[in-house]
Amino acid sequence: MLLEKMINATGISSREKEIRDLIREEIKDNVDEIYTDKMGNLIASKGKEKDGPKVMLAAHMDEVGLMITEITSEGLLKFQPVGGIDKRVLVSKPVLVGEDKMAGVIGAKAIHLQKKSERDKPIDFDNLYIDIGVNSKKEAEKHVDLGDVAVFSTKYEELGNGRVIGKAFDDRVGCSIIAELTEYDFDMPVYFVFTVQEEVGLRGAGVAAFDIAPDLALVLEGTTAADVPENKEHRYSTSVGKGPALTLMDRTVIADKNILTGLIEVAEDNGIDYQFRRTDAGGNDAGAISLSREGVPSAVISLPCRYIHSPLSLIDLDDYNKMSKLVKLYLERLARKGI
Amino acid sequence: MNSQELIKELCETTAVTGHETNIVPLLKSAFEDFVDDFQIDKLGNFAAVKKGNSDKENPPKILLAAHMDEIGLMVKKIDENGFIKFSTVGGIDPRTLPGQKVKVHGKESITGIIGAMPPHLLSAEDMDSKAYKLDELYIDTGYSEEELNEIISIGDVISMDRELLSLHNDYVSGKALDDRAGVLMMIEAAKELQRLNHEIDVYFVATVQEEIGVKGAITSTYDIFPDLGIAIDVCHGLMPGVNNSEASKMNDGPAIALGPQVHQDIFALLKDEASKRSIPYQIETNNSPFGTDAAGMQIARSGVATALISIPLRYMHTSVELISLNDVKYGAQLLASSIAAIDDEFLEGLRCY
Amino acid sequence: MLEILERVTAGFGPAGQEKNIRELIKTEIEGYVDELKVDNMGNLIAIKKGNGEGQKIMLAAHMDEIGIMITHIDDDGFLRFTTVGGVNPKHLVNRNFVFEDGTVGTVGVEKLDSYKDLKLDKLFLDIGAENKEKARETVGIGDVAVYQKKFNNNGQRVISNSLDDRAGCAVLISLLKEMDDSINDIYAVFTVQEEVGTRGAGPAAFGIEPDLALAVDVTGTGDTPEAHTMDVKLGNGAAIKVMDRGSIAHPGIKKMLAELAEENEISYQYEVLEFGATDARAIQLSRGGVPSGTLSIPTRYIHSPSEMLDLDDLRDCTNLLIKFVECEKLAKIYKK
Repeated sequence: MLLEKMINATGISSREKEIRDLIREEIKDNVDEIYTDKMGNLIASKGKEKDGPKVMLAAHMDEVGLMITEITSEGLLKFQPVGGIDKRVLVSKPVLVGEDKMAGVIGAKAIHLQKKSERDKPIDFDNLYIDIGVNSKKEAEKHVDLGDVAVFSTKYEELGNGRVIGKAFDDRVGCSIIAELTEYDFDMPVYFVFTVQEEVGLRGAGVAAFDIAPDLALVLEGTTAADVPENKEHRYSTSVGKGPALTLMDRTVIADKNILTGLIEVAEDNGIDYQFRRTDAGGNDAGAISLSREGVPSAVISLPCRYIHSPLSLIDLDDYNKMSKLVKLYLERLARKGI
Repeated sequence: MNSQELIKELCETTAVTGHETNIVPLLKSAFEDFVDDFQIDKLGNFAAVKKGNSDKENPPKILLAAHMDEIGLMVKKIDENGFIKFSTVGGIDPRTLPGQKVKVHGKESITGIIGAMPPHLLSAEDMDSKAYKLDELYIDTGYSEEELNEIISIGDVISMDRELLSLHNDYVSGKALDDRAGVLMMIEAAKELQRLNHEIDVYFVATVQEEIGVKGAITSTYDIFPDLGIAIDVCHGLMPGVNNSEASKMNDGPAIALGPQVHQDIFALLKDEASKRSIPYQIETNNSPFGTDAAGMQIARSGVATALISIPLRYMHTSVELISLNDVKYGAQLLASSIAAIDDEFLEGLRCY
Repeated sequence: MLEILERVTAGFGPAGQEKNIRELIKTEIEGYVDELKVDNMGNLIAIKKGNGEGQKIMLAAHMDEIGIMITHIDDDGFLRFTTVGGVNPKHLVNRNFVFEDGTVGTVGVEKLDSYKDLKLDKLFLDIGAENKEKARETVGIGDVAVYQKKFNNNGQRVISNSLDDRAGCAVLISLLKEMDDSINDIYAVFTVQEEVGTRGAGPAAFGIEPDLALAVDVTGTGDTPEAHTMDVKLGNGAAIKVMDRGSIAHPGIKKMLAELAEENEISYQYEVLEFGATDARAIQLSRGGVPSGTLSIPTRYIHSPSEMLDLDDLRDCTNLLIKFVECEKLAKIYKK
């Protein structure tokens, strides 16, 4: 299954090679043209010659991860996050280091050895290390270079009830849906854009949008679902199992009213469950695309993910299918009716 | 002028963020013998252009960027006793200010000192625990309020008054080495390029307003839209209290950055050239693309391949910043030989992922 | 000028939903301009052509105001919300808010141990609905409300909601009505989404490609008891911005404004603001750069429901701006 392959592929911000190659392989025969730009964005298009609004569909290929910044004399690897990671989720997790995907672990001082006062505080990046099982700096340097990156080693796995766990649902779910959409023909020019470096500041999307100059943009994302115990309902943001989430407003964009209305109409006319993203925190590629050139009307559709940006996050495949259906039907309506 | 003399001139000239025109004549005379043309753009970015040997109608371009602005202060109010209250321009740590001599640039430039309460009048507790906050500081010029109002206006810029000092071993210390050291590296690279063949046109750009958001780099890169760009800035130098992940060694060669703002082909080119020519260098890891002109350059228009070379510097954003001129010299050599190595194949490969 | 100000502050237009205020401003300026258009972002662009020998000037005042957006309706009919733009929770307690359709609600707060705990998620909007179904008859998730509108004037000073930046809009509207023909091309832009990050201005500038630009916005003052140190005072004239945290004014523009003020005996003061930004931030970085500045209207209590300005300052800003756009020597700005 495509989503599974994408979740298992690696691709930290600015090192998106594996996921990019995977996507390119998957879609290249479905599209009219496909190319990469100077930052590594993967851009494909179909129907450039057709009439109708020029649509940009965008999802980011990059996931959050770690960059090796120092090798200690004992051969342990010190690191800094690439993208936003809550340091409290890191301790006691396995990772894959470098292009060769060496196994490593982020170890912690055993509880037996901790002072009582230490146990209450989160462990800082300065005190976290990746251990790859070598005995010295010299030995480590044979396997690792400064600047190498490490990802969580989580694999895609199905749980009960159509729920699935893995890493990087943000935003491989978006990549997967867009890749699947390349199989269809729409009656207007469509650009399928897989961006880079979203997690470190929405870096790739703006340059892709400048190049393409679309009439409108739909960004497909993975977003926080905090529908968990200890949280009050008005702070859930989104809930798993209630369908794709439509953004009203986040830190970087206010969704275009016309596109939003169109999406809601399509969802209601076709009986597709949907919800609103009820927090305005966070941002995504729409923030960069919407301000490109003279402005691009944009909207964001997101899949609810619990425990996002952590090694182990959870989604509902039913939500995924509904999101995919919603986007496809909206595109068809767009081709018929315009914005 | 040799490097010592040039860096002294560069650092002692005032060009606070947003007010950089002052330093342009010095840049012109420094670059004059090594380039073909000069350009100044709408925000004041200064470009010295050296043509390459390409016979194409639209030759490829590389943009080197070192920022000419320095952090400083700005007059925000003159109180009835003639003391000047001020704001910061760029990231200044207020704790480094008490006891500092400054120049206030109004109709004329007058000298002032940033006052601080004498220890006799402070409690031991205050001195131990409370750092100076910006609003507690003020500049004393000796003038009265009326006299000051004749010379100074709200909004006038204030610069640190500090001579460049030569220490042992080719170390120099003073204000504004961030990023006049980078500007020096560009000038020396231009000089090095005299004896090399290069296809690509080189734009040596002294950018404006880097310290408040890499603004000059953003607009200059849009304007010139090069095939690739390299930013030249400073990075932290190792010292007590700073760990290896965050800083580079002093006098161990320029630091070549590796991070999201760096295109892997340019990184490889710089590393290879350094190895080939036995130029000492270090690697600096960046987990974030921000912090230098490279961030502004990379996302201009439909994207620019960028890289970053840094000069290790201790005590950044103080008036006693410290660098090794050797690091600058090696950086210039590295830039020049890398530029000479750029060919069509390299340029075409920049889009290949 | 006062009547224009009163009319525009009454217009409904939170960031992202500027349709009403845009229509209102359109009716104010139709007939005084050569061309009116609305761009992709919703910016309203009013054009007065010069004779082709002058500069292309972009003026920007933002139409949008801050507000609150409904994110949740609970079973008892209470509404939870987030902020649209820089709204401080301390300004919200027990304030009235009004929706586009006129529905009014008031803000309540959960029990707090100390006011230091006052945060957005402890607040809720009460529109007097008995339960969720009743509430849903009038409001929906995503609806935005703004401070209830009230305009007070004592002859010299005005206390009102939304002077930020309807005062700037009033300046531009007055300018379009009062200015003489100029050699310069004037693009008076009523921008959108400034309050959520100066978003409308950049795309507008990209489309216009001006030679230079001036934002017209409010700025704070340092003249109230124990205020943050700042030299600007209500009544001391048009404020020429030197720097805020969004941009540093082009020195040539700053100088030109001061010279024009001196020549025409218009009261002015210089402004250094240690927080905040204006549309100049976005315009300045458009394409290959645009020399930009800001002309500011001194205003107390910005972003509260009750902002205050001085009508003489407003008139000074308008007069100075008119002199600027009529000036035939603007090319001097670029001389080194």
